[in-house]
Amino acid sequence: MILTGAEIVVQSLKDEGVEFVFGYPGGAALHIYDAFYKQEDVQHILVRHEQGATHAADGYARATGKPGVVLVTSGPGVTNAVTGIATAHMDSIPMVVLTGQVPTALIGDDAFQEVDTVGITRPCVKHNFLVSRVEDLAQVIKKAFFIASTGRPGPVVVDIPKDVTAHSAEYEYPTSVEMRSYAPVSRGHPKQISRAVDLLLGADKPIIYTGGGIIQGGAADELTELVRELEFPCTNTLMGLGGFPYNDPLFLGMLGMHGTYESNMAMYDCDVMLAVGVRFDDRVTGDLTKFSPNSTIIHVDVDPSSIGKNVSVEVPIVGEAAPVLREMLSIVKARKADGVVPDIGQWWDRIEEWRAFKSFEYDRDSAKIKPQYVIETLHKITNGNAFVTSDVGQHQMWAAQHYGFSASRRWINSGGLGTMGFGLPAAMGVQLAHPDKQVACITGEASIMMCIQELSTCKQYDLPVKVINLNNRYMGMVRQWQEFFYDGRYSHSYMDALPDFVALAESFGHVGIRIESPADVKGALEEAFAQKNRLVFMDFITDQSENVYPMIAAGGGHNEMHLKPSEADDALLERELA
Amino acid sequence: MLVENEAGALSRIAGLFSARGYNIESLTVAPTEDESLSRMTIVTRGSNAIIEQITKQLNKLIDVVRLVDLTEGRHIERELMLIKVIAEREEREEVKRLADIFRGRIIDVTNSTYTIELTGPGGKLDAFIEALQGVEVVEAVRSGVSGISRGDRALRQ
Repeated sequence: MILTGAEIVVQSLKDEGVEFVFGYPGGAALHIYDAFYKQEDVQHILVRHEQGATHAADGYARATGKPGVVLVTSGPGVTNAVTGIATAHMDSIPMVVLTGQVPTALIGDDAFQEVDTVGITRPCVKHNFLVSRVEDLAQVIKKAFFIASTGRPGPVVVDIPKDVTAHSAEYEYPTSVEMRSYAPVSRGHPKQISRAVDLLLGADKPIIYTGGGIIQGGAADELTELVRELEFPCTNTLMGLGGFPYNDPLFLGMLGMHGTYESNMAMYDCDVMLAVGVRFDDRVTGDLTKFSPNSTIIHVDVDPSSIGKNVSVEVPIVGEAAPVLREMLSIVKARKADGVVPDIGQWWDRIEEWRAFKSFEYDRDSAKIKPQYVIETLHKITNGNAFVTSDVGQHQMWAAQHYGFSASRRWINSGGLGTMGFGLPAAMGVQLAHPDKQVACITGEASIMMCIQELSTCKQYDLPVKVINLNNRYMGMVRQWQEFFYDGRYSHSYMDALPDFVALAESFGHVGIRIESPADVKGALEEAFAQKNRLVFMDFITDQSENVYPMIAAGGGHNEMHLKPSEADDALLERELA
Repeated sequence: MLVENEAGALSRIAGLFSARGYNIESLTVAPTEDESLSRMTIVTRGSNAIIEQITKQLNKLIDVVRLVDLTEGRHIERELMLIKVIAEREEREEVKRLADIFRGRIIDVTNSTYTIELTGPGGKLDAFIEALQGVEVVEAVRSGVSGISRGDRALRQ
């Protein structure tokens, strides 16, 4: 059939199985918006700022594994979306961003609302396209979805000039796409896998270090089976939480800058490290020259450029996590049947000594509300099954430390870029993806202000997100760094002139609750989650002095951590270092 | 490398080098017999680890179809230079002699200048410029290095 470019866009999305498009209209995209109006299969969610559209699509993608779809107009629409696109890029989230553009004849003339979209987004996308002929449009959209969701996922921008959306062409949505320059590998090399297993079974101090790649690759079941079959210690990065059940005794907790004492010490001390779906980020490695000096590293990743980028790797395996782990598991079982059984009792004894520090513990007797207590209570009230989105800072770290995750795609946060403002719009995307599930947005009073306008979107679409605002009247993480490293010179980290959040939430049509005493925390959370159809904004007035521990010392090795101040621990630590 | 002949492909590759802090010593690109493909040659410098990362990052780009590191095997490098020098009175003879020795060709002549065209590996062009000491160079234009492997191996789709 003959369709206009605008109709081709909408029809392609329908044929691609897209449920939601998050967007905001504007001049260059008007033809497309007209085509949306005339149909009901693909639902458009109107946000209040293009950044909100990108974070919502991102949250949707993280919660479902399907690409999030965004539609924005040219010029300021694109520049407002860049933050969200970069956020998705850093965390490898599948996303397709359709952007309006000025008519082809005006491109390059500094036209009204024109920016060089392809140029501006080039460094923060997996790929981008500028469609100059309507005949190419359907094919390009198909390619965009293919590139976004295969291999190492990432955002793809498709820039569509307005005249292209007005011209017509014969429409046929391709059933498949083949690209000569792009063919991601899925199965790992069998010899490498075999070599890896031999190394692991011969290790005295092994560790399994996993991250976002397990979540994006849907490999949590395979990982859990393998770890339990080997009975090896396992640790997750911030991005990998939920890939392995938090309450399994084999789990060492999150590692990295604010990870557990035992996970970082084990990573330092190990002799064989199996790394799957991780990228040896600086938050995890600390100073690279001091990183895990005696370990032999096996690195499984779908992106070859991630392997050997930061650390040298003895056994590189390029492939998807799930098939590789499955292959490893079958070899392990075969070897065990032949009588090869790893004996790492001494290693576990060492790990138990480190665990005794209880590095995440906090003062449970305080008269002030401790943010960790709020998160633990949230976990209890939601049975550990909620979808939890987060903004960035101390609250994010406490959420990661104290809300135990036992399933993939429950923990939704901006790890790589660390984008404040992510939490609320991401929660919108998650709630739309899972309308009957409990969705909590853990945030701080600084972060929540960045995309606060999305409270209006939540009202329009009746999204019953529960906002847990850990209000310490400071940009918590900045304040912590200033306390530790800048002699307490709190430069511009105090949040002055804050609104009355309860009144603010109510003005948007939601329920607002303020909680000032620890005794009221549980009741408030119960009351909030009992409201299945309303968004509830909970303003918890928390202890301002609380810091996130442990903390890998800036510029230090990953075994050099600041631990929580306490006499009992100082004694333990002295014994440890002796 | 063989690259899709799409608008923006060159920008994408140059952008990758600058974003990651890799150095481009020379870059040349032109269409091939296949209209849809361009061939690009980049000269860069770095440790083995850096070169490995550059290779992987380039291969990751959707526009890059095939890539080969020519320095891994025997290969031929050629570069073109057009160089305009002051050549007056006694100098004219000397410049012409040098051009002949280096098998260059004088392609433009005025009363005071010669413009010489020279091709060869980068080292030969550097040597010619050095040999010209004393002669005033008005302008020199180098094309960047192109390369091709020796023997029957080829960079093809």
